[in-house]
Amino acid sequence: MPVLEELKAQIARRLPELDMVIGWGHGYDCLHRTPVFIENAADIEKLVFDPLCVHNLSTYLTRYGSGKKIGVVVKGCDSRSVVELLQEKLINRDNIVVFGLPCEGVADLGKVKRALQEQNLDMGRVKSATVEGGKLILAVSGKEVALALNDVLADKCGRCRYHNAVIHDEFAGTPVEGQAQDAYEDLAAFENQTLEERMEFWRGQMERCVRCYACRNACPMCVCRDHCIAQSRDPNWVSQGDGLEEKFFFQMIHAMHLAGRCTECGECERACPVDIPLLLLKRKLGKEIQELFDYRAGTEPEVKPPLLAFKVEEDNINERGW
Amino acid sequence: MDKELRIVGFLCNWCSYGGADTAGVGRFIQPTDLRIIRLPCSGRIDPLFVLKTLIGGADGVLVSGCHPRDCHYSEGNYYARRRLEVLKRFLPVIGIDQGRFEYTWVSASEGQRWQHVVTTFTNQIHALGPIQRIGKDAQARACAFGRTLEVDIPA
Ligand code: SF4
Ligand code: SF4
Ligand code: SF4
Repeated sequence: MPVLEELKAQIARRLPELDMVIGWGHGYDCLHRTPVFIENAADIEKLVFDPLCVHNLSTYLTRYGSGKKIGVVVKGCDSRSVVELLQEKLINRDNIVVFGLPCEGVADLGKVKRALQEQNLDMGRVKSATVEGGKLILAVSGKEVALALNDVLADKCGRCRYHNAVIHDEFAGTPVEGQAQDAYEDLAAFENQTLEERMEFWRGQMERCVRCYACRNACPMCVCRDHCIAQSRDPNWVSQGDGLEEKFFFQMIHAMHLAGRCTECGECERACPVDIPLLLLKRKLGKEIQELFDYRAGTEPEVKPPLLAFKVEEDNINERGW
Repeated sequence: MDKELRIVGFLCNWCSYGGADTAGVGRFIQPTDLRIIRLPCSGRIDPLFVLKTLIGGADGVLVSGCHPRDCHYSEGNYYARRRLEVLKRFLPVIGIDQGRFEYTWVSASEGQRWQHVVTTFTNQIHALGPIQRIGKDAQARACAFGRTLEVDIPA
């Protein structure tokens, strides 16, 4: 049975005990998927699963009152967010049903857009999109364009170590074999520059930030919502000013509050309307946390996140070193 | 030593603030670049305090608390140690030298150690020089952009 049919059957079976199941459905055009909130059997037909299902739906889990029983459909990377939320006791395992999927990667629409631009085509004019034999086949402006999926996959998929949901109550399809390595080469390449060059890079990037906070709102681990300290006036962490310092400091808030919790799902970066490479900051923290505490967020449900814990004698911290 | 730089010290009330006081009472000579902010515990130090201070233009930040096993609140400095170590390792990715931030432990009786810490850290910051600020040219760039617009508007 194809994965989607199996998933639909599982949801149909579990729906009576749930208030809602969150999955992906068709969006406003053929390239976009949108979250669908399934409350009755008829809604199940809206479900879609293909490499255009990029959203990390676990973002929604913390938005409902504790009493609701919710099902959520997750890819491998998304499932790590669920685990991290459980570790931090932000959601209750008894109230969540996880529909896990195997996943071979999702498209980065930015890459699709640039690939089309190279052929002088406009992504907004794509009339149909199908995935077949490792290719994304698009009908656009009277032409058929076939893009190799490998060329347009999100960067995170190229280094994915968790193709299959790491936590699940139901699992549709067959697990994907193999896993990539992640040696943080992108970060190393960036850090080959001088400190001055790095700061200049962030100046250029942050100048474009419009303080829309989409990065925060898309993040499954940003759970403060309306109580975000970036909006507090007392103390006033970030002012209404539009200077670089303000924009940059907002990202420092996001990065620090995600230290040791961020699962590098990339939603912050994907949601950013001006393409600021926010994941670079998060990956830096992820790498250091891994080196210091041998910990990868969202992979071990029973472990306490490292910044909520300590050891009297730390293994890898040499604080008297200077 | 050349012109004073701006160094901010976050000191725990129970140990390091006392240590700095001991150094003062003992009349130990110290550089005068450091401005002290007293906090109840090193565990109170949010890494964002340090970032805000550095992004706001301080040339260096020093955090000092009670030695491990000596925390007035038993375990505040253990949590601080993890957070501050992560922060220190994070700084280079945004273009800030790791050496602009240090954390250490000084007890209330260690006036001499305090003198050593302040002197070493101040020397380290002077070796690095004034910090490069993220927003330093932004205003100028915005003004220049405004001027190009003006030129393009026909009279
Ligand atoms: S990171 Fe892995 S699980 Fe996530 S979308 Fe990419 S391939 Fe799928
Ligand atoms: S900070 Fe970004 S990458 Fe990390 S969990 Fe949040 S959205 Fe995902
Ligand atoms: S999504 Fe992008 S533009 Fe919006 S606040 Fe975040 S970094 Fe700034």
